[in-house]
Amino acid sequence: MKAKVHVTLKNGVLDPQGKAIEHTLHSLGFEGLNEARQGKFIELDLDETDADKARAQVDEMCKKLLANTVIENYTIDLEG
Amino acid sequence: MKACVIVFPASNCDRDMKVALEASTGSPVDMIWHRETDLSGYDLVAVPGGFSYGDYLRCGAMAARSPIMKEVIKHANRGGHVLGVCNGFQILCESGLLPGVLMRNANLKFICKDVELKVERNDTVFTNGYDAGQIITYPAAHHDGNYFADAETLKRVEGEGLVAFRYVDNPNGSADDIAGVYNEAGNVLGLMPHPERLVETILGGLDGKPMFDGLVKSLAA
Repeated sequence: MKAKVHVTLKNGVLDPQGKAIEHTLHSLGFEGLNEARQGKFIELDLDETDADKARAQVDEMCKKLLANTVIENYTIDLEG
Repeated sequence: MKACVIVFPASNCDRDMKVALEASTGSPVDMIWHRETDLSGYDLVAVPGGFSYGDYLRCGAMAARSPIMKEVIKHANRGGHVLGVCNGFQILCESGLLPGVLMRNANLKFICKDVELKVERNDTVFTNGYDAGQIITYPAAHHDGNYFADAETLKRVEGEGLVAFRYVDNPNGSADDIAGVYNEAGNVLGLMPHPERLVETILGGLDGKPMFDGLVKSLAA
């Protein structure tokens, strides 16, 4: 089973890299862009075939390493 | 005072820290590889600067989960002293020994320059060689020194006097100009600028030396 983890900065946490992306997109002439926020995408290939168990395992991985919950949120999507 | 310096893959201020500590202690300082699992007998454990694990994932994230950090946490919990500088500060925050986190500098630039700092208090083993309110200069060299904590944590840090140093002219966007913080018990200090780089006049000054001399004075067996 595969797990796709998105790690994003919490609302209100300054994201200077997202701001730089936003400014550059504006300078390229893209209109109607309100905000860009940058995050991380991590793909995990797991032995586990039970979705609930896989989710619990990945949740533990996020808490212990993949995200710093002081500043980041995470979402887990399972496939297969 | 028996001191050691932890070495991670891509630590690069470890030898500077050893030299600075040895100049003050007058005795050899051990280098401890991150896979080792015993820190008994040390009064001070220094977590040095560098780019451990290439700053992968988040600065300090990998190092904070290495075997030796379990021992550093045990050492701190039994009242042992811990000093983390630059990447060491990031590692201590990631390991949960210190509150908050160090984020990318607000202007996105790597900062490499001397910075002025205000010593917030001098009633700790780390700063008793300075005066409270004294302005000192340490070299800063970091890309991710932007101190952040949520509002509640920041209020606690300020309320309990856990701020160790503040930037006179905030170079990186740190909340409340914070350059260094203590843990609640006051036996763990983390800071971004480098005291170990200013301990010899030939290298530009001695502003870092009182920290190491003060530690030796306080922790001498």
